[in-house]
Amino acid sequence: MELLQMSVRAMSEKIKSKALSVKETVDALQMKLAEKEPMLGAFLTINDMQLEQRMDEVQKGIRSGRYAGPLAGVPIAIKDNICTKGLRTTCGSRMLERFVPAYDATVVQRLQDAGMIILGKTNMDEFAMGSTTETSAFRLTKNPWNMSHVPGGSSGGSCAAVAAGEVPLALGSDTGGSVRQPAAFCGVVGLKPTYGRVSRYGLVAYASSMDQIGPIGRTVADCRALYECVAGYDEKDATTVKREVTKSLGHEPNVEERIEKLKGMRFAVPKEYLGEGTREEVREAVKGAMKLLDRNGAVVEEISLPLAEYAVAAYYIIACAEASSNLSRFDGVKYGYRAEGAETLHEMYVKSRSEGFGEEVKRRILLGSFALSEGYYDAYYLKALKVRRLIREAFDKVFENYDCILTPTAPTTAPKFGTALKDPLLMYLQDADTVAVNLAGLPAISVPCGIDAEGLPIGLQLIGNAFCEETLFAAAEGYEELRGKFPTAWEQGRERL
Amino acid sequence: MIKIDEAVLEKAELLAKLKVDASERERTMNEMEKLLLYTEKLNEIDTEGVVPLSHGEPGEATLREDEVTNPDGKVQTLANVPELRNDCPVVPKTV
Repeated sequence: MELLQMSVRAMSEKIKSKALSVKETVDALQMKLAEKEPMLGAFLTINDMQLEQRMDEVQKGIRSGRYAGPLAGVPIAIKDNICTKGLRTTCGSRMLERFVPAYDATVVQRLQDAGMIILGKTNMDEFAMGSTTETSAFRLTKNPWNMSHVPGGSSGGSCAAVAAGEVPLALGSDTGGSVRQPAAFCGVVGLKPTYGRVSRYGLVAYASSMDQIGPIGRTVADCRALYECVAGYDEKDATTVKREVTKSLGHEPNVEERIEKLKGMRFAVPKEYLGEGTREEVREAVKGAMKLLDRNGAVVEEISLPLAEYAVAAYYIIACAEASSNLSRFDGVKYGYRAEGAETLHEMYVKSRSEGFGEEVKRRILLGSFALSEGYYDAYYLKALKVRRLIREAFDKVFENYDCILTPTAPTTAPKFGTALKDPLLMYLQDADTVAVNLAGLPAISVPCGIDAEGLPIGLQLIGNAFCEETLFAAAEGYEELRGKFPTAWEQGRERL
Repeated sequence: MIKIDEAVLEKAELLAKLKVDASERERTMNEMEKLLLYTEKLNEIDTEGVVPLSHGEPGEATLREDEVTNPDGKVQTLANVPELRNDCPVVPKTV
């Protein structure tokens, strides 16, 4: 059986039962990387230095029983804003081009403890600011379904790598949709967990009150396995919550069980998410999913969520404000890019930051600095925080009567290169389906639900109540079962790598 | 309605420790103004008496003992410093 046709749990079982060695697994993926990377551009750094030693360590650990969990031996890619000890972490920015972390992020430590193998670090929009991965300072990442289209962003490298079959799993980060939207554009599954579920220790901060690390895989079950590995309280991140993470303990529900769980489950579909700004093919695909659920025992009802229309405005004020504060640490003194020829300390800060950051990052820092400045703080930042509370309360009200909310993940499919960055406001408005979830701290998952006339995937977003990832997985797995197997980019023959 | 002019941009640059090139200033001011004008749609919502929400899921911060638990990473940490002398980062003269 082709390595990437199997679930990640099955892959790990094969490795643990010695039907497959760790080296054979990694070698097979490295061959794919060598074949596809020159065109795809999903990775910024391949973990060449540490790989041999790590493979040996994992193989021995599996033999001794040290690594016995459901993901032991499975390779993974990590978004390049998550710190990996001894392995370059650039955030897609010239500012951090040579930055090598002295420590592992907590999620990375958990992957290591589970016996997983890091193949490399993936491309991303600079400091996770963007929706196409085009703001990366280093390279373009292509969409494996059609190479003239973007993979989405900011976790575009992670999603493209999974979609192209270079890795079975990847980690991304999601501040306003940066896991879900590229997952939708690349035809894979991506989860943004509840705020506080996954440690942010070692995640380079963009907007701290909304950033969450999330898993990306080809199926809901794969995504869930990775979520269970990394989620849970961490004393190094004071915002993680001491709540138990339900583990599936190796039990993968069968077809009947998955569909049975949908019976009586209540889905709300806010009409605002299917309005004029949503492309017809996307709307039809989501309506198709609604019908499928309805025919199989779920209750699907249209509702109204009028505040959804204000989410983008509130989000960009808050995200830029937090970014302006978080990114003030990049001053060219302790680490990161330092400009040559500055004569005073202030000049060195300004030159280093102006040369080290790209255009989109500078735009957001300037906007955030303005929104937090004297005379404007109340009118912009405080106002946005008040609207944020109203948005959260509106979601709470919906969840009094429903288990899940259904929306498109994005109003369109993946755009062509060079089209999205022309108008910043239009680009920000494309995040309309995803940002409210981050403002409210809720979990949400994107699952493929169709393919448009150009052959590009469409994503269905399922939003759950806080800390109800379990319900979200059940709903997403049930839908996935009803939908049937979703083609991969390479099976479709669309991949031109 | 907000108007972004040179004075406002200069203030934002000072706070942000950034300098926008002369050739980019006009476009930057227009873009900032357009984006801020869009966000002013928030004023359509009555937020009188609403308490600001700083985190979507405001769980109680869980604190730990104030003890050093990280291993010594001095060498790796200092390896990232752009200019180093006697284990101290060097910066341009300040006085």
